[in-house]
Amino acid sequence: MAAILGTVLDMRDVAREKNEADAAVAARVRKVDRDQRQTVGLPFVEEPRMICREVNVYYGDKHAIKNVSIDVGKNEVLAMIGPSGCGKSTFLRCLNRMNDTVAGCRVTGEIVLDDLDIYDRKVDVVPLRARVGMVFQKPNPFPKSIFDNVAYGPKIHGLAGSKSELRDIVEGSLKKAGLWNEVSDRLDQPGTGLSGGQQQRLCIARAIAVRPEVILMDEPCSALDPIATATVEDLITELKEQYTIVIVTHNMQQAARVSQRTAYFHLGDLVEVGSTDRIFTNPRHQLTEDYITGRFG
Amino acid sequence: MNEALCPLTDGAAMSSSLLIALILLLSSLAYWLGCRRAVALAQRPSAARLHSRPGYYGVLAGVWCGLPALLIVAVWHLAADPLLTRMAMNGVAAAKGVVSPDQVDLLVNDMRNLVAGNVVMHEVDPLIQAAADQYIGLQRLSDLALATVALATALAGVSLFLGRIRPALRARNQVERIVKIVLTLCSTFAVFVTVGIVLSVLFESIRFFQQISPADFLFGLKWSPQMAIRADQAGSSGSFGAIPVLAGTFLISGIAMAIAVPLGLMSAIYLSEYASSRFRAVVKPLLEILAGVPTVVYGFFAALVVAPAIRNLGGLAGLPVASESALAAGLVMGIMIIPFVSSLSDDVINAVPQSLRDGSYGLGATKSETIKLVILPAALPGIVGSILLAVSRAIGETMIVVMAAGLAANLTFNPLQAVTTVTVQIVTLLVGDQEFDSPKTLAAFALGMLLFAVTLALNVAALYVVRKYREEYE
Ligand SMILES: Nc1ncnc2c1ncn2[C@@H]1O[C@H](COP(=O)(O)OP(=O)(O)OP(=O)(O)O)[C@@H](O)[C@H]1O
Ligand SMILES: [Mg+2]
Repeated sequence: MAAILGTVLDMRDVAREKNEADAAVAARVRKVDRDQRQTVGLPFVEEPRMICREVNVYYGDKHAIKNVSIDVGKNEVLAMIGPSGCGKSTFLRCLNRMNDTVAGCRVTGEIVLDDLDIYDRKVDVVPLRARVGMVFQKPNPFPKSIFDNVAYGPKIHGLAGSKSELRDIVEGSLKKAGLWNEVSDRLDQPGTGLSGGQQQRLCIARAIAVRPEVILMDEPCSALDPIATATVEDLITELKEQYTIVIVTHNMQQAARVSQRTAYFHLGDLVEVGSTDRIFTNPRHQLTEDYITGRFG
Repeated sequence: MNEALCPLTDGAAMSSSLLIALILLLSSLAYWLGCRRAVALAQRPSAARLHSRPGYYGVLAGVWCGLPALLIVAVWHLAADPLLTRMAMNGVAAAKGVVSPDQVDLLVNDMRNLVAGNVVMHEVDPLIQAAADQYIGLQRLSDLALATVALATALAGVSLFLGRIRPALRARNQVERIVKIVLTLCSTFAVFVTVGIVLSVLFESIRFFQQISPADFLFGLKWSPQMAIRADQAGSSGSFGAIPVLAGTFLISGIAMAIAVPLGLMSAIYLSEYASSRFRAVVKPLLEILAGVPTVVYGFFAALVVAPAIRNLGGLAGLPVASESALAAGLVMGIMIIPFVSSLSDDVINAVPQSLRDGSYGLGATKSETIKLVILPAALPGIVGSILLAVSRAIGETMIVVMAAGLAANLTFNPLQAVTTVTVQIVTLLVGDQEFDSPKTLAAFALGMLLFAVTLALNVAALYVVRKYREEYE
């Protein structure tokens, strides 16, 4: 417990230092104009987990993501905010190539996970998606038992050598997702019979059971009540220790609570990136300021 | 009541449809009156608020006007004809010295033919002619009386109702109740028809089982439904063991399902999960055409193309193949029912929410894993339903079997031999002029009953499977 607290405090210090540097830059530069196309702030980090360069996404003729470059750091939570339809989900789905399943969707540019160019022709999406897990906006448990829901990923990837190992993985994942206490006595009941919040945590458990390195969350709390939201947020903070997390949210407070860096998208452009504290206290782009102050949404 | 037996002359039909039209007209008038009256009530300064919108009062007025009158018309038509016939033929039979009921029926028929204006073969008997004239006269009278009574009822109904309209009348609730009753009647109609069909088959089967013991029928291994025409004819007591016939049905249906289920299911999976939407839009209707080809055409195909091909192949392989084989019929029947499986399964697979697929892909599952582990289990109830539909089509199919599998009731599970099926036997038993009290004819009903029991059992079993393995989404 003390150790965890220690790391959290450490991280805070690091974050504060970064913030101050960021804020110093912000103070020197005047408020950036509405029309400026370039990303403002610090899109790149020193220890990147994923590197995205000049990513463009097209749905048929529609240019949904325009020339986005950004890094996702190790063990950080990156929040993506922006008005509805600005391309947050689209960009998120690029990170584990879920866009492949959408007919007519085309992605250009470069996205690198560690040393792997994930849009390389030779890359197999199956292990990639095992490394980059995803939790969807709407809870989508399979119509199977709670146990089978969580065991699904480990089974198809052959992660468990034996029945008891599989049970351990399931139990561990459910515990991490904060659901174990509620469902330990009814693992054989259908996952679809759980409440919305429980279902979302089940989906999170299902995602982490595959032991991904990066977890993508698309508005994971949009269907949840405040209590369930708090559970999921605690979980995200906890998961950050081991995983890299990218979360899309419409809830400013949530972004402020859980993330270290925040990216603001607007109509397919990545407008501004920076440490979360800085973005919310001292936005540099006019559009960002309008959005977070609620003048525009 | 059978239309052909109903001796309504054209004029009578005219007059009753005119009457019904008149009643409907009156009741729309009543609707309008009801609306107006409700509005007028509401506008009275002292009046309370209307309980329902004026339209509901109108509908209620229309129902009060039309429903009793229409009921009277219906009942009258059912009851009038036998009554009038009895009155017209009163004394005719006695005068002609006829006593046996069959012959009386004949006389009645003659009279009806005269009334309907049909050409009567033999010379017209004056007595019958008189009876026919009397019938026509009576009928005219009855029509007149009916019109008076029905219209009077309609008017009485509407005036009674209009007098009863108060703002507090809960017209909306009453209309809702009427709607509910009508819907209930419509939905139970199918049930009653089914019950009627089952009962009619059941009674004939009981007559059959009075002559042949059920044990012989259900467990007998020999089917040769020849009965002696005369009592002194030799050696033809007939045997009615249903096992060979039933076995033939199962054999052919089994072959058909072995073709249709894999092919249909796989093409459904291909169409819904792999094919581009353009390809799907073209191929799915093409597949469905298979179901629209008349079964007789399939029969040609089976008898002229498939059966000889199988025989030749068998000859090459040194297998003895009968010229009419279960295999040929089963194969062609399997092709025929592919669209039943593929089209319905495709629909249910498509109905599985995209979010489940995304969830599975997002965990790194491949397409085939997703299909096998998520989509098919979720679509299972619908798939079982489609297979069940295909099975009942296969069991009920007759034409292909007649043409390609033969009539010989061999007890065999060798698909290369000729077999026969329950439906084919029913047809052969009932084709041509038959007495309806010989076991040979009645056996058809017993077979029908058996078929019904088998399909019912299949349905129940499938329902059980679906309940047990259903995976509910949302
Ligand atoms: N499958 C698709 N085909 C065509 N256009 C699409 C598709 N999916 C998304 N788009 C378009 O791409 C743009 C970005 O959509 P996206 O779903 O990424 O928005 P979002 O930022 O996630 O919005 P929200 O906050 O409402 O979820 C939108 O204009 C949308 O209409
Ligand atoms: Mg979205």
